[in-house]
Amino acid sequence: MTVIDANRMNEIEARYPEYFHRSFRQRFGGLMILIATLLYSLYAVWFFDLPKLFAEAHWERVGIYLSQWVSYDVQPDFRIQDDGSIEVRYPRFSPLGDNPHPDWLVDNPDGSITVSISGASRSVTVSKSRTIVTAHGISVPVDVTSGAPKVVGPVPGWMTVYDDNVLADLGFAGNVSISVDRVKIRKRFIGWANFIFDTQSSFFDKPVGEVVSLIVSRPRIKPDQSNLSLAFDDIWNNSEWQHGDVWTKLFQTIVMAFLGTLLGSLAAFPLAFLAARNITPNRLLNQILKRFFDFLRSVDMLIWALFLTRAFGPGPLAGSGAIFLTETGTLGKLYSEGLENIDNKPREGIQSTGAQTVLVHRYGIMPQIVPVIVSQTLYQWESNVRGATIIGAVGAGGIGLKLWEAMRTNANWENVAYMVILILIVVFIFDAASNALRHRLMGTKTH
Amino acid sequence: MTVAEIQPHMQSTQEIRTAWERMVARRRFYTVLGLVILIAAFVSSVRFADESNAGHFFDRLPHLFDFLSWLIPKDWNDVWRALFDIASVNDRGGEEFNFDKGRVYISGAFYIPEYFELMIVTINVALLSTLIAFVFAVPLSFFAARNLTASWPLRVFTKRLMEFLRAFPEIVIAGLFSAILSIGPVAAIIAITLHTIGALGKLFYEVAENIDMKPHEGMKAVGANWWERVRFAALPQVLPNFTSYALLRLEINVRASTIIGAVGGGGIGEELKLSISRGFGAKTMALVLLLFVTIVAVDQFSAWLRRRLVGEHAFLLQH
Repeated sequence: MTVIDANRMNEIEARYPEYFHRSFRQRFGGLMILIATLLYSLYAVWFFDLPKLFAEAHWERVGIYLSQWVSYDVQPDFRIQDDGSIEVRYPRFSPLGDNPHPDWLVDNPDGSITVSISGASRSVTVSKSRTIVTAHGISVPVDVTSGAPKVVGPVPGWMTVYDDNVLADLGFAGNVSISVDRVKIRKRFIGWANFIFDTQSSFFDKPVGEVVSLIVSRPRIKPDQSNLSLAFDDIWNNSEWQHGDVWTKLFQTIVMAFLGTLLGSLAAFPLAFLAARNITPNRLLNQILKRFFDFLRSVDMLIWALFLTRAFGPGPLAGSGAIFLTETGTLGKLYSEGLENIDNKPREGIQSTGAQTVLVHRYGIMPQIVPVIVSQTLYQWESNVRGATIIGAVGAGGIGLKLWEAMRTNANWENVAYMVILILIVVFIFDAASNALRHRLMGTKTH
Repeated sequence: MTVAEIQPHMQSTQEIRTAWERMVARRRFYTVLGLVILIAAFVSSVRFADESNAGHFFDRLPHLFDFLSWLIPKDWNDVWRALFDIASVNDRGGEEFNFDKGRVYISGAFYIPEYFELMIVTINVALLSTLIAFVFAVPLSFFAARNLTASWPLRVFTKRLMEFLRAFPEIVIAGLFSAILSIGPVAAIIAITLHTIGALGKLFYEVAENIDMKPHEGMKAVGANWWERVRFAALPQVLPNFTSYALLRLEINVRASTIIGAVGGGGIGEELKLSISRGFGAKTMALVLLLFVTIVAVDQFSAWLRRRLVGEHAFLLQH
């Protein structure tokens, strides 16, 4: 900035004293608010005991959970039998199906098995007497002939030795747990396994071309059902991803928001006319209705949902009811404020022609208020689609409960990711549609 | 001058009349079509909701007020006792009437009733998350404002980020962080904070885009850099509105922290959910009463403060 000399500064100061001699509040108000905020932050840190909480947090889980959003693992289990042969087992619900022969598992001529965990650089070779783990550029043999597994040579940093097993951590690629008669390998893959067909399906693990030709031309797999409908059934009822259930629950959430908002707006519409000061000149009635709207809003959606789940049982009916009650309050308030802000001249004009009240409302008020009403209602619908995911978790139907269950088990984070993506898509579609509609109604341009 | 002279292609009033009637007919057709679609959607939604609900609407309707019957306590004094943690004469050792056991002693015989303490937790969750979100949303909104930030990639990125934060289900963030930080109010704080950054950021940048640009131009003319321009030209103009919106958001967040609390975030929401699901009438009444009074108090206080900051202003309620 340009520099001005002292004389000029004094001159300016003399000319505008009010800008240079300010009251105590003007000078220190901001600073005091800042200090108060900082003091409150310190209090909050103490109140929630944040240092202890963050010190005890399982930060390593962040990486694990986030990687589980986009990946899955296969856990082959190698058992060394008494006769020296090695039996390979997969867990019952392995993503590879009941009888996998993965190409990353190689039977060597000498009876040992080599598992490639990440290309050629990270692999495990299991044989009767020792297991060799190759990673980070070195091969570490683990001797399993004695009572406990023993690492031959120095123990690298990525290996941990316990009493009866040795754990080798190979990062994202997986890990290996070695005990005397058993080697457990966890190999991690990027992607969502069995997203379309689960392992029970007849179409499982078949290339796309084969699935298409099966559906189009081949003989029926099940005699009483066409292949197309069988394929659809298999996808819809996929036991791991539960597409059918997830989509139904998502649809429930949308329906809940739609029903609740529509009914709320139908109930709020006549009430708002009675609550608006300028239309119903009865102060007592205005106040009673406005406080009633406040009551409906402040006894929250959650409380209504809890009550209605007790009345109707869990499901979207309870959710719709909860949204209906809160929305009557919210929309009632918004509509009545909209009505109080209208231009009174058209009303007076129509009144002066001696028209009935109904006609005055129809031609004097409605044309002014309808765009406001429709726009507010659309906005509330959109916002309720967003909000209804939470009340679902307390039993009011919709996708919330499903999300909550998937998270509680701490194992199905890929399902959580799937549902989150679906919710985000729905919310963005609604956002765009309601924005476009509202701007057309209000006659403004979308930006 | 006749109509035919003004619009030469229209030969007679008859023609104008038919054109007008055609227009009205089309408008009516669209209105009726819209209504039919709306009614069809409504009816099928009601049927869908009814079928997938555990109890059906008309079967359960007579029982709608059943829950009110357990809500009405046998002894009305129990509501006050539950609220202020005074030992109840009805206490037979169960959980329903063990009011005095929830006392939180501060010093000697002085105690805070359990529910007041939970309410303080819930309010603190709302207050702290609004505060943190405010600190993050202010700079973000300046990056997103068209008139203040010239680089469009930064602007578009900030806007998309805020949209994403708004739309991401809060319950997932709360669930993720309660798995990391153990169950408690901090997971709720993080979830509400992230959502509030997105919600406040949108309101803020709309305010920032509507400021008077003359002070900004003046600052630019004397060679002020971006930070100085935002600090001295934009911030004083937007601060009252920003504060007002933050207060509005605080009201909403008091409710939101109750809801998140009910799904495992601690605070009064969790207690309320437990109390309702176990059918503790007096305790539920006390909790609802406390919640109602608190929320109305927060609303009124924030409305009063907002009126002082920006005057009578019709604000849209935004979730």
